[in-house]
Amino acid sequence: MQNETEKSTEKTAIKIQAKNVGVSYSGMVALKDVQIDITERKVTALIGPSGCGKTTFLRTMNRMNDIIEGCEVTGEILLDGEDIYDTQVDPVVLRRRVGMVFQKPNPFPKSIFDNVAYGPKIHGLADKKDELEYIVEKSLKRAGLFDEVKDRLNAPGTSLSGGQQQRLCIARAIAVSPEVILMDEPCSALDPIATARIEELIDEIKERYTIVMVTHSMQQAARVSQQTAFFHLGELVEQGETETIFTNPRDPRTEAYVTGRIG
Amino acid sequence: MYNPMYKSEKKPDNTASKLSTGSLPGVAKRHRSERMFKATGLIAIAGGLLFLLFVLVSIGISGIGAFKKTYINLPVPSTIMQQVLDSGIDDADYYSLNRKALRERFPDISGRRDKRALYRLVSAIAEFEMKDQVVELAPTTNAPITIKFTASDDVDMYIKGTVDVAESGAAGRLNAKQVDLVNTLKQAGAIEVGFNWGFFTNSDSRDPELAGIKGAFMGSLFTLLVCLVLSFVVGVMSAIYLEEFARKNKFTSFIEVNINNLAAVPSIVYGLLGLAIFLGFFGMPRSASLVGGLTLALMTLPTIIIASRISLQSVPLSIREAAYGLGATQVQMVFHHVFPLALPGMLTGTIIGMARALGETAPLLMIGMVAFIADAPSNIMDPATTLPVQVYLWADSPERAFMEKTSGAILVLIATLIAFNLVAVVLRKKFEKRW
Repeated sequence: MQNETEKSTEKTAIKIQAKNVGVSYSGMVALKDVQIDITERKVTALIGPSGCGKTTFLRTMNRMNDIIEGCEVTGEILLDGEDIYDTQVDPVVLRRRVGMVFQKPNPFPKSIFDNVAYGPKIHGLADKKDELEYIVEKSLKRAGLFDEVKDRLNAPGTSLSGGQQQRLCIARAIAVSPEVILMDEPCSALDPIATARIEELIDEIKERYTIVMVTHSMQQAARVSQQTAFFHLGELVEQGETETIFTNPRDPRTEAYVTGRIG
Repeated sequence: MYNPMYKSEKKPDNTASKLSTGSLPGVAKRHRSERMFKATGLIAIAGGLLFLLFVLVSIGISGIGAFKKTYINLPVPSTIMQQVLDSGIDDADYYSLNRKALRERFPDISGRRDKRALYRLVSAIAEFEMKDQVVELAPTTNAPITIKFTASDDVDMYIKGTVDVAESGAAGRLNAKQVDLVNTLKQAGAIEVGFNWGFFTNSDSRDPELAGIKGAFMGSLFTLLVCLVLSFVVGVMSAIYLEEFARKNKFTSFIEVNINNLAAVPSIVYGLLGLAIFLGFFGMPRSASLVGGLTLALMTLPTIIIASRISLQSVPLSIREAAYGLGATQVQMVFHHVFPLALPGMLTGTIIGMARALGETAPLLMIGMVAFIADAPSNIMDPATTLPVQVYLWADSPERAFMEKTSGAILVLIATLIAFNLVAVVLRKKFEKRW
């Protein structure tokens, strides 16, 4: 453990390191022996055909799988060199540092303001009302939503369009100032224009946050990510620079997928 | 052109459209079965409505009389007023003065039996009515006045036409002589029918013309209050714990099966349970609304737990994940997000349970809430009955005049239930949020 810490502090660019990670649901193996380094302040795309375990892997990184009954995780996932599956680790603290945006926009059935303010409230990030308002405004601005909703912050979050809802969810995740943001196919429920908007946004915020994104669209992975990892049948087949993966894959399976022959 | 894949049984009519029903075999049959299904549904609903209408109309017809009351206006001549003034307004012997006034009104009545028949035309509280009205008027001279007496239940029924006049001239328990007297009064315009406020402001009485539902209504209110507080809090909390926090293992599924079974246990069993625990073991007072409420709470709990668990289950996983993803603890997730979304469903379940508790009689019989209680309870420890028990008691009474009271009380009970359901709809609309 101590050794790992030293090693990862040497390579400051590595934010999350997975070692021999395996996941099984009630004995059914979903993921095996995943080794991956997630680079800090970069966008890492996880690609692969349906059921390959990419979402499962994403959810192990903020222990979202804990709430699924019968889910078992083996191996180590190090966040800044610390194993997040250590008994000492509190998932509540972990999830503050590793935020998540889900496949389907899932704003709370509350006002836009309350949606963004909820995280800071429960973590006690703002003592006064104006501090909270500042956080909400800043988060909405970063998510590129502020100008569209500034006149109706008290309108319900569910009254927004799909793309706006997803940006609200990103603002909500940003509001607790996480270090890592996990995105599980954030654009799969959106139209191309809303998708373009979200991709732009990801590009803007990647300077501040480490982003791991699951995507079904190889074009999207190529457009927004710097690193790409290809999963197939519960295995991490290949990872590396996005450009390399798409233009010069080492593994024949990767090549088959990116050229559209499997998947 | 005509598609040979769809061979029609009948040769298609050249003039018919290629898209008409007949152009595709079997379509007519499919439409027919659809029409049949719709018709069956309509008939079922119409039948149900018809029965409902029948019940409401028949109860309404027999119960409407309970809301009307017959009064007899009786002149009090100067001689009697002088007597009142002589012995003082507060101390006068209204018992005999009231009878004297009746005798003065019908001077040709003689003989003990006829006099007694005359006295029975007014209710048992006639002397108090006379005193109250005289005190209110506070007369200073012996000028004659008119007093409004509540007619006895037999007169009341005769006036309302509830009883038929027999060949002998008698009507119900009124003999021919009394019927004569009432007719005389009626012709003189001394009979008055007004709204029966007493039905809402009086409690139970042995005299049907004086009996009201206030006591039973208050009893129902107190009982339901105890039941609501206890069963809602305990039921919702158990549902939240079982659904959100408890580990799913054999023990919890055993509890779940038992809760589901308890919802189907006959209500009188809960009465026996209440009798054994609250009266037998804890020694609580008999007939108290507190015990009634506790017993009904036992009965209502399974309903509320089941409804609450279902509404918790219906909260989408995405909301839970959103909360967890922000670093909410489980308790925060449940109480900030899941509970508010499940609340409308929980309230609906609770109100259904309360409506059932409001109409429940059997368990209350076991814990002594089936007593004759002439005073409205003022707190949850006072002896009380509830509306359905009052209906049961009145339905059992020998006096015929209680028949309309029974129907009247049922009407009040139904009105209360409808009010309950309206509240349920309003609450659900208010708390319901879309996601």
